Amino acid sequence: MSIKQISVFLENKPGTLEEMTAALAAANIDLRATSLVEAEDFGIARLIVDDVYETTTVLKDAGFVNRLTDVLAIEIPDTPGGLNKVLKTLSAAQVNVEYMYAFLGGKEVNQAFMIMKVAHIERAESTLSLAGFRLVDQEHISEL
Amino acid sequence: MERYFQESIETASLEEMKKIQDEKLVKQVQHVWNDVPYYRKKMEEKGVKPEDIKSRDDLYKLPFLSKADLRDAYPYGLLGSPLSECVRIHSTSGTTGKRVVAFYTQHDLDLWSDCTSRALVAAGATKESVVHVAYGYGLFTGGAGLNDGSHKLGCLTVPISSGNTDRQIMFINDLQATVLCCTPSYAAYLGERMKELGMGPDDISLKAGIFGAEAWSEEMRADIEKTMGIKAYDIYGLTELSGPGVSFECCEQSGMHVNEDHFIPEIIDPDTGEVLPDETEGELVFTALDKEAFPLLRYRTRDICKLSRKKCSCGRTLIKMAKPKGRTDDMLIIRGVNVFPSQIETVLMNNGYPANYQIIVDRVNNTDTFEVKVEMTPEMFTDNLGEVEARQKKLVDGLHAMLGIKAKVSLVAPKSITRSEGKAVRVIDNRKL
Repeated sequence: MSIKQISVFLENKPGTLEEMTAALAAANIDLRATSLVEAEDFGIARLIVDDVYETTTVLKDAGFVNRLTDVLAIEIPDTPGGLNKVLKTLSAAQVNVEYMYAFLGGKEVNQAFMIMKVAHIERAESTLSLAGFRLVDQEHISEL
Repeated sequence: MERYFQESIETASLEEMKKIQDEKLVKQVQHVWNDVPYYRKKMEEKGVKPEDIKSRDDLYKLPFLSKADLRDAYPYGLLGSPLSECVRIHSTSGTTGKRVVAFYTQHDLDLWSDCTSRALVAAGATKESVVHVAYGYGLFTGGAGLNDGSHKLGCLTVPISSGNTDRQIMFINDLQATVLCCTPSYAAYLGERMKELGMGPDDISLKAGIFGAEAWSEEMRADIEKTMGIKAYDIYGLTELSGPGVSFECCEQSGMHVNEDHFIPEIIDPDTGEVLPDETEGELVFTALDKEAFPLLRYRTRDICKLSRKKCSCGRTLIKMAKPKGRTDDMLIIRGVNVFPSQIETVLMNNGYPANYQIIVDRVNNTDTFEVKVEMTPEMFTDNLGEVEARQKKLVDGLHAMLGIKAKVSLVAPKSITRSEGKAVRVIDNRKL
């Protein structure tokens, strides 16, 4: 139930990010979630898209080095304490969360999702499913 | 397969070679004395007359020529033949100061193509070979030098020159070229492109490459050999002396045999000018023995290397010069430390990065800043920020260990560093010194 996240290497100079989004826009790629992390002199953009193959091809042609990573997309109850419930389940199962980013308000109102990179992906998947959380799979990303 | 192009010379005994050199040198000094007033004046200033030079052993008595002399004498001051006898010129890229223009008579061109034919045979070429010459043609000596040697040997010669990489690959494939001649940076670029197109070493018809006109490391050689499935040979030369083919590598790939029947090499102490023994590192100096139109005696190349008379398994007795560590004018002095770009290349390749890099030196608040830009590759990239940073740090440490000074390493987008299809621009020095 994991999905593919595309991580893109970005040189740290004005306009790099825009160059990437321009390439994606030109190819009509629908970005579902993004996050940007930065080091001292470079950054990594993390993208969740509906068409992974098309996106990696577009990025490669535009000269962006990228890599696929398995992450979880978890539907979070959009109420106070919602995220805490998810993390409680994971910590009980001794799953280490490496990073996460939120994605609020999907196409339906009151929906929230969290993209999570965890150390033990299979254990996280089964624990979350058992606890009744909905994990979004690759095929349903466009519904987000 | 032919092993040698001119066997009696390439395998001459020490005595035979000395005899050839002695005779030619005496004649050449007389020629220069008579026909090149600029050098005659230098000899007079040093109190040397042609009759003082009786053999190779007297070479040390002659004055040096330097790049500054070539500049002073530009364009006709060192000409040794009437212009009516000259048939061609070649010229340097002029990246380090004023252009050098060198002249050739038909005789000079014939000797030069002998030199490049020897290099081609040493790389395994025969008259059955298809030789793809992707050095630039024109004023640059690379194209013409290998082209003429290939002709002389009777190879099918493809004078494609540089540029248009995909067309180059099409020609190599369609004509089943067996020998590639170009700069090492362009060979690496071609190899990379072939890999991108899905061609493995077994799909590539090339068997050997002759790569020169730039400094390149053993790591780069290994990389090119692996990508294209070829043997990569170094070739050395200077426009001032003719062009590529002053020396060349054989199957042993451990230094370049100097065509010493045409060029006597010496190693000197760059500070004192004193001649150093074999196996000692110093500045390389050449005396052209039989060039008519541009007869340079004791020309200081600014290349740092050493000479060796150790026996070579290929059977050639021609003296060998080590791959130059770098030119004295490629050498950067950063925070008082000597830095050769080739050292940086070695560290990059040892750490899995491509040899495509750029060094940027500047001076801020009286301190040198030293930045190495390196291209990110799919192999070196991961989603884990910490790991990318750790690899970057490893590179910083590797450079520090090699050079003794700290560099800032910047990771940049792939193919963002300009790749010239001739010579690569590796160093940008913004210091106003």
